[in-house]
Amino acid sequence: MLHYFLRRLAGAIPTLFIIVTLSFFLVRAAPGGPFDQEQALPAEISANLQRAYGLDQPVWRQYLRYLEGIVHGDFGPSFRYKDFTVTELIAQGLPVTFELGTLALAIAILIGIPLGALAALHRQSALDYLAVSLVALGIAIPSFVLLPLLALMFGIYLHWLPVAGWEAGSARHLVLPVAALSIPPLAYIARLTRGGMLDVLGSPFIRTALGKGLPLTTVIARHALRPALVPVAGYLAPAVASIMTGSLVVESIAGLPGIGRYLVQGAVNRDYTLVLGMVILYSALLIAMGLIVDLLYAWLDPRVRFER
Amino acid sequence: MSSAPWREAARALFANPGALVALIVLALLIAAALFGPALNPNDLETLDWRHVAANPGLAHAHWFGTDRLGRDLFVRTLAGARVSMAVGLVAGAVSLGLGLAFGAVAGYVGGRTDDLMMRFIEIMSGLPLIFFVIFMTVIFGRNQLALFLVIGAVGWLTTARIVRGQTLSIRRQEFIEAAVASGAGTPRIILRHVVPNVIGPVIVYATLTVPQIILFESFLSFLGLGVQEPSASLGTLIAEGAGEMEAAPWMLLAPGLFLVALLVALNVFGDGLRDALDSRERR
Repeated sequence: MLHYFLRRLAGAIPTLFIIVTLSFFLVRAAPGGPFDQEQALPAEISANLQRAYGLDQPVWRQYLRYLEGIVHGDFGPSFRYKDFTVTELIAQGLPVTFELGTLALAIAILIGIPLGALAALHRQSALDYLAVSLVALGIAIPSFVLLPLLALMFGIYLHWLPVAGWEAGSARHLVLPVAALSIPPLAYIARLTRGGMLDVLGSPFIRTALGKGLPLTTVIARHALRPALVPVAGYLAPAVASIMTGSLVVESIAGLPGIGRYLVQGAVNRDYTLVLGMVILYSALLIAMGLIVDLLYAWLDPRVRFER
Repeated sequence: MSSAPWREAARALFANPGALVALIVLALLIAAALFGPALNPNDLETLDWRHVAANPGLAHAHWFGTDRLGRDLFVRTLAGARVSMAVGLVAGAVSLGLGLAFGAVAGYVGGRTDDLMMRFIEIMSGLPLIFFVIFMTVIFGRNQLALFLVIGAVGWLTTARIVRGQTLSIRRQEFIEAAVASGAGTPRIILRHVVPNVIGPVIVYATLTVPQIILFESFLSFLGLGVQEPSASLGTLIAEGAGEMEAAPWMLLAPGLFLVALLVALNVFGDGLRDALDSRERR
């Protein structure tokens, strides 16, 4: 198991390195710089700016400096938010985004799995049809449509919840954004659980277990659930990716002070260091999630551990 | 290619009521986007000062109401849908073409070339592509054609994997051997013999990429990184609508519900098509 994990970890580091390198040189290849304005700056000022941000150095030296910075957790100064480093900006917003994301993921898993399993157990009942239709809707509706629709319904017409905004520690402000973020992955998880459960319930070892006279609940808890969850585990990394992308828009619609807005604003403002830092951060998070998923896989399905 | 499996798949598809309804809804939505704007006297950009932020209804010519500038929402929603659908088709074709070429070459040539090409795919799939696309829009500016290409480049990885798998399973068969023996070159074999034989399952997968692409385009346009004024796509309209939803909720509802209907129909139809062709998955 440890050997397996180390092999996966060794595979993740080059990927991250490639991402950093690729993004760095893509940014440098971009036409136009962060200091381009409507009116051209005088040559001396522009030269000073270049020097202050180290842009007058040869590209390979900038690259090495950037790599060295990243190892120490320093993503360089933001080009647009004067007096802030990218690390500071991220540190400010990350707790909010993290809270939003983990809540959404937890809800998606804790509701999605039972929903899918129940639908599979009561196959072709009214409950199953309801679940399948809800899933089809949930998969298709993106967060950036769902959140405004939910806000319209519960915020503007019913006045149950705030339409948007953020107060530290206020759960009411989190309900709609978390719901909008969690519903698409929830639907997907429910569908995968249902499919996995149906596959497993039809297999011989379940028939054997039932034939021995074990009660249905024991069979499901002890035998069926674990193999049925293998496809769900495989979906976890995409689920995190979907929640992270969703949080980009959800934060801007709901006016939450997370890090999602930095990527978008950074892209619009050509704040290269900020965008670079965000892309690297998101990639690292996704890769880490991929590793966790690999471990989960190995735990759920012993065959994986002995592959190759 | 024999036609019997196709006929059987068509029968399975038509026996699936969900997929059939989705197909009808899809046809209606496409027809609405193509012909709808011609039914209404308004156009995309004219500002009607007598009807600013007007309610939807049949009392005036603005059936879905108007926005803050007095532009007609019926025409804007359907024209926006047309843009979204066009992006879905073009970018879908790009990803299909890329995946087909890459997967067929990797699978047919094999050996070290295959190893290298698949390693490349593996690394690409590890990248958070959405962020890269946002990144690309920064670099290339907001060029419409570049946007289509970049979005298309996102969906091709899985297509390439599927094509490679299919190619591996047919490359040892006699008809390929016969083509080699008769002196056909590698490019010709790939084009004439490999591609036509693997295209079936790939097309099915492509029907499931189209809604993802449409969703992705709307997402980018929503963020202001996609389609730019004066053209509109469903994403830009939803973004405008979300900003005005307290005063003029129809600005959100018209494009929002259209997008939802389109995505649900495409997904359900694509699933039905996949189940119909893949008898293992049938239940």
